[in-house]
Amino acid sequence: MVRDDGMTTPPSGPSGTGTPGGAGDTHVRDGPLNEMSSGGRRKADDLFRWASTGAGITVVASIGAIGLFLAVQAWPSLMANSANFFLSTEFETSDVEDLRFGVRDLLVVTVLSSAFALAIAMPLALGIALFLTQYAPRNLQRLFGYLIDTLAAVPSIVYGLWGLFVLGPVLVPVALWLNDTLGWIPLFAEGNVSITGGGTIFTAGIVLAVMILPIITSVTREVFRQTPVTHIEGALALGATKWEMIRMTVLPFGRSGYIGASMLGLGRALGETVAVLVVLRIATEPATFSLFDGGYTFASLIASAANEFVHPLPTGAYIAAGLVLFVLTFIVNAIARTIAGGKVQRG
Amino acid sequence: MAKRIDVNDVNIYYGKFHAVSDVTLSVPPKHVTAFIGPSGCGKSTVLRTLNRMHEVIPGARVEGKVLLDGENIYAPSVDPVQVRRTIGMVFQSPNPFPTMSIKDNVLAGLKLGGEKNRQRLDEIAEHALRGANLWNEVKDRLNKPGGGLSGGQQQRLCIARAIAVQPDVLLMDEPCSALDPISTLAIEDLISDLKQDYTIVIVTHNMQQAARVSDQTGFFNVPGVGESGRLVEINDTEKIFSNPDEQATEDYISGRFG
Repeated sequence: MVRDDGMTTPPSGPSGTGTPGGAGDTHVRDGPLNEMSSGGRRKADDLFRWASTGAGITVVASIGAIGLFLAVQAWPSLMANSANFFLSTEFETSDVEDLRFGVRDLLVVTVLSSAFALAIAMPLALGIALFLTQYAPRNLQRLFGYLIDTLAAVPSIVYGLWGLFVLGPVLVPVALWLNDTLGWIPLFAEGNVSITGGGTIFTAGIVLAVMILPIITSVTREVFRQTPVTHIEGALALGATKWEMIRMTVLPFGRSGYIGASMLGLGRALGETVAVLVVLRIATEPATFSLFDGGYTFASLIASAANEFVHPLPTGAYIAAGLVLFVLTFIVNAIARTIAGGKVQRG
Repeated sequence: MAKRIDVNDVNIYYGKFHAVSDVTLSVPPKHVTAFIGPSGCGKSTVLRTLNRMHEVIPGARVEGKVLLDGENIYAPSVDPVQVRRTIGMVFQSPNPFPTMSIKDNVLAGLKLGGEKNRQRLDEIAEHALRGANLWNEVKDRLNKPGGGLSGGQQQRLCIARAIAVQPDVLLMDEPCSALDPISTLAIEDLISDLKQDYTIVIVTHNMQQAARVSDQTGFFNVPGVGESGRLVEINDTEKIFSNPDEQATEDYISGRFG
């Protein structure tokens, strides 16, 4: 971080002709410094470089391969689709001769449930991470951290069942109250499934929030824990209270990590399948952009149809939906990167 | 402004470890007091008890009294936050807040105090930066991040940050140990200037520095690993470096150990 003023990197010398030990340079003798004599070490260095480069390439290659697979499989079905892929609310694939499918509702339900989950989980995770790193006594810190991590280990089907049988019914009065008082806002208006049934985006979003809480919390906690002691002491020595110290040092230092962690959580929420599939009720009407809608997310729709993937054309329709989810995740990550990387890095 | 400090029979602990025992000393106002001694002798620990920064470390505690112009800063009714607002501190490695601009760094303490008047803040920022001999170097880039400065400039920025709140006392914990000789000289000159207005206590592992900048010097020593450090002797700097009362001090300053 410390950069000396007026220090400039020396321009790199002309490569090739003038390098010491280079062939054809008559005054220079091949001594022990010559790179040939330390060949063994060089080889290990090269090997390691190629091995790690190879590992890096694997990531790019597999993402490319997945994208390509999705695109290739989806293409014929997209061509055969007689509905508007982006605007249609239908997903009718039983008649191979007349495929009509669109992702509008899937997009609405997926984005709405994930965004709602994030809106609940982000402040909660921030609070827990601050509590654990700044306020909790040491022994409690460990116990609490352990509990949070356990939350991540609960299988998602269990979350689904909990949401369906416990949380859904419990939340009905809350949902009704919200609908009653804030119903004039489209987000809280009557949706396309019954509120008293509990199988709404509202319930699913809260289940998702609980599911993504551990990942956001533990990453944020680790980042906050790494706040340099010198910064913390600098703030305290100026007469900052604990909260002021947190605002001056911990939060700006951990900001990009916190956003990154939240995006990891969002990625998980976007792709969550079983829990959402169990909780959300099937809707017969198009989605209304309300938290009290039901229906399918991309992932839950694909999972629900998985045992019918026989004919390639209908299957391709679902793969096309998967492709949109894939791209959506990419976009979310790109946005996260811009937010997280923008201001903080250049300190 | 510029208060005196009296340390009465202070014992300092890290959990069960008795780090420093029985320190009694006086720091006169508008003078520079230096603490010297080998590593682990507790000189920095003592410094950190003077503004209640010691207790920031979990398990750390202090027994005894530290009087700031007669008021015990360890009295139960005293808020450590308030103590730190009146006793400023500069650390070993420069620690400007990386996400804040140069100006915001200087004003960080004042903003904590609730000062909002823009014009007044600007004046104080300029005054503090001039006081830290940094104004001419940064006046054209006050809104750039403080992390972009050189190490020596960053340390002077931290001094400006500490004096912007007009503290009663300024504590410096080896402020030059991470700096090159030219920056060190700049800071030493600055300490001599600041002495006109502030009471200064500086910890240094550099005996020449203590001899150059301080009016009185305290020598701390530790008998062995795992034992408590103690104040061997505190006296006028001239006396410490020419004719100390204690043999241990003589041995240390003549380089026979440490």
